[in-house]
Amino acid sequence: MTGSRPAGSPRPSLGRRLRGRQDRNLWFWVFVGPFVIGLVVFVYVPIAWSIYLSFFESYNTVTPTTFVGVGNYVDMLRDPAFRNSLLTFLAFAVFIVPTTFVISLGAALLVARTRVMQSFFRSVFFLPTACSYVVAALVWKMSIFSGIRSGLANAVLGWFGIDSIPWLSLAEPPWYWLVIVTARLWLQVGFYMILFLAGIQRISPTLYEAAAIDGAEGWKVFRHITLPQLRATSTAVLLLLLINAFQAFDEFYNILSTFGTYPPYARPPLVYLYYTALGSGQDFGHGSAGAVILTLIIAIVAVVQGRILRLGDRGD
Amino acid sequence: MSDKEIGRGIGQALGSHLSRRSLFALGGAAAVTGALAACGGNTGREPAATGGATGGGGGATLNQWYHQYGEAGTQQAVERYAAAYKDATVKVGWKPGDYDQSTAASLLTDAGPDVFEYGNGPTIDMIKGGQVVDLTDLVGDTKSDFNPSILERMTYEGKTYAIPQVVDMQLLVYRKSLLDKAGIAPPQTIDELIAAAKKLTQGNVKGLFLGNDGGAGLMGGPMLWSAGLDYLTEDNQFGFDDPRAATALGKLREMWDAKVLLLGAPKDWFDPSALTAGLTAMQFTGLWTFPDLKKGLADDFGVMAWPALDGSGKASVPVGAYGSCVSAKSKDVEAAKKFAKWLWIDQTAYQLDFATAYGFHIPSRTSLIGQATTLKEGQAAEAAKLATDVGHAQSPILWTPKCATAFGDAMNRIVKEGADPAGEIAKVKTVADAELKRVLA
Repeated sequence: MTGSRPAGSPRPSLGRRLRGRQDRNLWFWVFVGPFVIGLVVFVYVPIAWSIYLSFFESYNTVTPTTFVGVGNYVDMLRDPAFRNSLLTFLAFAVFIVPTTFVISLGAALLVARTRVMQSFFRSVFFLPTACSYVVAALVWKMSIFSGIRSGLANAVLGWFGIDSIPWLSLAEPPWYWLVIVTARLWLQVGFYMILFLAGIQRISPTLYEAAAIDGAEGWKVFRHITLPQLRATSTAVLLLLLINAFQAFDEFYNILSTFGTYPPYARPPLVYLYYTALGSGQDFGHGSAGAVILTLIIAIVAVVQGRILRLGDRGD
Repeated sequence: MSDKEIGRGIGQALGSHLSRRSLFALGGAAAVTGALAACGGNTGREPAATGGATGGGGGATLNQWYHQYGEAGTQQAVERYAAAYKDATVKVGWKPGDYDQSTAASLLTDAGPDVFEYGNGPTIDMIKGGQVVDLTDLVGDTKSDFNPSILERMTYEGKTYAIPQVVDMQLLVYRKSLLDKAGIAPPQTIDELIAAAKKLTQGNVKGLFLGNDGGAGLMGGPMLWSAGLDYLTEDNQFGFDDPRAATALGKLREMWDAKVLLLGAPKDWFDPSALTAGLTAMQFTGLWTFPDLKKGLADDFGVMAWPALDGSGKASVPVGAYGSCVSAKSKDVEAAKKFAKWLWIDQTAYQLDFATAYGFHIPSRTSLIGQATTLKEGQAAEAAKLATDVGHAQSPILWTPKCATAFGDAMNRIVKEGADPAGEIAKVKTVADAELKRVLA
């Protein structure tokens, strides 16, 4: 099994050498090849093509001829609607990431502590993760937060003698955020709770015992044992949450769009670009330029976050 | 054994049984299967031999696309028409989901349709991009028989790019009994409409339903027309840089502020349930709701156009139509044009059947309206008359999607946030002027 060939044996053929020891090269490509091809065809080629399109005027065509340089980028950065959508999504990320983090960590701590029906609580919180964003969005829009008296939220308000609120119709006050945020929390919290729960259960009980002997309890234990021990999990959760916030589309689109139109508020960049490039607009030049700008922003934020959290440090 | 060792073991076991040739053969087979799977999706391009539940005579094979009509029997009907065509084999593609988007995207590829319907005809960029062919000669003498505002909407620089299939319209529908009880006559001006809505708002019943966004998405056009203005002027300039437009759009905010609009109904304006369930006394909705309105309200509903702003404005109803277009990428453009002419110009019996036997539409040919039994009497007859008399195409062909987005944003800010209409109109003008300059270049 060492691979050194016996002296005097003939030099192996080219094909055999290309295949490598024990056909390793061959098998490498058999197993990895299809995924590489898929990745190239469905990810890298479209990305490269999109960058190419972003420098052309390409209405209703993906093989454009009119080169416009950085014109599309200038247009997009000047477009107040696009700038607004970038702000929307930064504000959304700044709010939703810590909120989901705290709530799912809290839920995990509570579930880890309970002595009764632990698996029941675990499943109950986790279950919404299995629900599709679209279905949840429609349930939120049509039954929980419908604007009429019989909608669930308004029915509850009605018990206290409060007038019905058309949650999704009003721009002031922005009740639509309540609808979007609660839908997302309901869908996501369970998943991150399970991640935290796994992390908590890996913390050695001896640490807690030692702390108890030293007289630490409650908040101190959490602050000095649980939280530091969850560092790796927390980093992963933060990164996943951030990526998820950047990808915001499904629930926004399904909750707020009406009959092909979308209001000018709470419009994340992906929704705006969807209407620009993929809707009846078919303006791939500006759409691609917007997508590249968005990608750059996400890359910068990810790098900064990685630096701050020292992602990938040894020992994590 | 470590993972690495297991992997090696499997490699050896397989390697000893598969020669390189058989492996390549396997790989080749996999590649072919992959290619088939990729192309086997519903591209509507399958050869006639393997495809088609439908299809008629010999000659070319044509793919004709429709969006998924909700009414039962429509699909069978269009397949029947296609099968009756003798000069080519016509395969019907029935497309659920985002039809406009997927069709627009497919026109970029070779997998697109030969003949397809598109809402209000092709977009200006499809025409300018040469994706659709000129159908003026197909329409020919029948031109005068089509609903004029609809045909105009599908025409650019004197050339017609689509044949209107059926006309749909939106209009104001009201509960007669509720208006009678409140002692109100059907309002003739916008101010009368607001007064009526105020009077009709009682308890859980709101006066007027213009969509869950308070009419921001739906009523922009009708409000401009009610002031005697339009999106664009006759010579394709921005059409509502005018204080009257600001007044008209501000009226929607007035209704919003007066809390007479129904908001947050479970089903939006295109569904009659807000009216039939008694959530509102008046609703702006589509002609297609009439069968359900009849079922729910019997004769307790009346129809009218969206009123004029004042004496110098105009009442109107928005009309729209799916237009049949021919793709420039068709392998046989002439055969495709011939089929489009056969079905949407010559076969008046099929056109009548398509418009009236399944859903509730108006034939696009004026001469057929008289023959439509569904439109003979009552509210439906009044509605059909409104479509012909005061019908107004939803938006002009040069009003690009980008203009529409800018206008929609402005309407939202005016109606929901109380933004200054004149300022918002100025913002739309900036976008629209740039777009007009682009498409007219």
